[in-house]
Amino acid sequence: MPATSLAEAQVIAPTSREEAVGAFGDGSGVTVLGGGTILMPEMNYGRLRPERVLLLQNAGLSGIARNGGSLTIGAMTTVAELEQAPEPLGTAARNVADHEIRAQATLGGNLCAPSGGATPRGDLQAALIALGAQVKTAGKGGERTEPIEDFVAAPDGRLLLEVEFEEPQRSGYAAAHRPHAHAYTILAVCAAETTAGLRVGLSGAGRNGLRARSVEDALAVGASAEEASQKVLDDAQMQDDALASAWYRQRLLPILVQRALDDLGGGK
Amino acid sequence: MRLTVNGEQHDLHSPPLTSLLTALREELDITSPKAGCHQGGCGACTVLVDGEARRSCLLPLAAVDGAAITTLEGLGAADDLSNVQAAFDEHYAAQCGFCTSGFIMAATALIDRTPKASREEILAGLSGHVCRCTGYIKIVSAVEAAVGSPA
Repeated sequence: MPATSLAEAQVIAPTSREEAVGAFGDGSGVTVLGGGTILMPEMNYGRLRPERVLLLQNAGLSGIARNGGSLTIGAMTTVAELEQAPEPLGTAARNVADHEIRAQATLGGNLCAPSGGATPRGDLQAALIALGAQVKTAGKGGERTEPIEDFVAAPDGRLLLEVEFEEPQRSGYAAAHRPHAHAYTILAVCAAETTAGLRVGLSGAGRNGLRARSVEDALAVGASAEEASQKVLDDAQMQDDALASAWYRQRLLPILVQRALDDLGGGK
Repeated sequence: MRLTVNGEQHDLHSPPLTSLLTALREELDITSPKAGCHQGGCGACTVLVDGEARRSCLLPLAAVDGAAITTLEGLGAADDLSNVQAAFDEHYAAQCGFCTSGFIMAATALIDRTPKASREEILAGLSGHVCRCTGYIKIVSAVEAAVGSPA
């Protein structure tokens, strides 16, 4: 039985990573609260009445650790802390909402938030897909590590612990925004080259962040940025929403891909 | 749960997932944080949590247990305004007043972390706050004046 009032919810506040993983279990009946910027409106308006809430702020899951050329970022790291992260993640973080929201919103919330119904969310997803990030999660069957594009497609039942990626040799970013601090990004395209190759990530081109493999494949066989950018529509899963129509996004997306590739410096 | 609000300790009895905004207004009768949108979009509910500007509608009480909260009531008094309050007064930076306490709290935190904030930094720092009356010019001018005045 779902709870019918906020007062009935059980709130668990683990004080270590192990406790958090234990309290999450297989995730059934658990609502994970990171910064609260997405879930609190749902509770304030009575659309969400959780049974059990896992409050992660003291679970030791925040912080950025550098190890040689790679970075490990905890799920509870705030978007504000990511503003100085390697590109294109830093730019994507700086484009999220305003200072107060960024100081409260977390990486984990951004990666796990369901599509908002009215708009796609998760501005950081394109950047981390481009960076080839690996995501470590806990849940049924224990801990596992997987590519971020796989995780954001199906985050249910997993507790995000951390994200790891290699610092890129070069990166590019292009996005279309509405001129208000709080509108989600209409479309964002991130490109990054690491020792594993060049990757392209998309936000706003589907219900969650997507990897533009068709563009990557075209570039790998020598296509120009202009030619490769047209291929992006093979990867996109456009939908109409409150920010823009699928029709508009289809026309805009190849242009943004080309801009992000040009922004790499040297193009290719 | 226990909060220190404007220097005074309170034990709160609202459910732990109640927003700080609702607890301040309805349990403690502290009404300067305004309930504009309840979803983080307007900035009217901004207060200081351990000195940093936060939307009180987006914080569950459980997440601020033990914190020190400052609301507009804790900044100054009618005969002893803070420098930001005085600048808003001098520059006619309020019309209906609904957004004003949120703007003043955000500007106070902004000046605290960026004492010589430029106009661009002020615009960026206040960008999450909505005013439906004044058109912002007087608000930004007031904050610029407060940046240049001693605290």
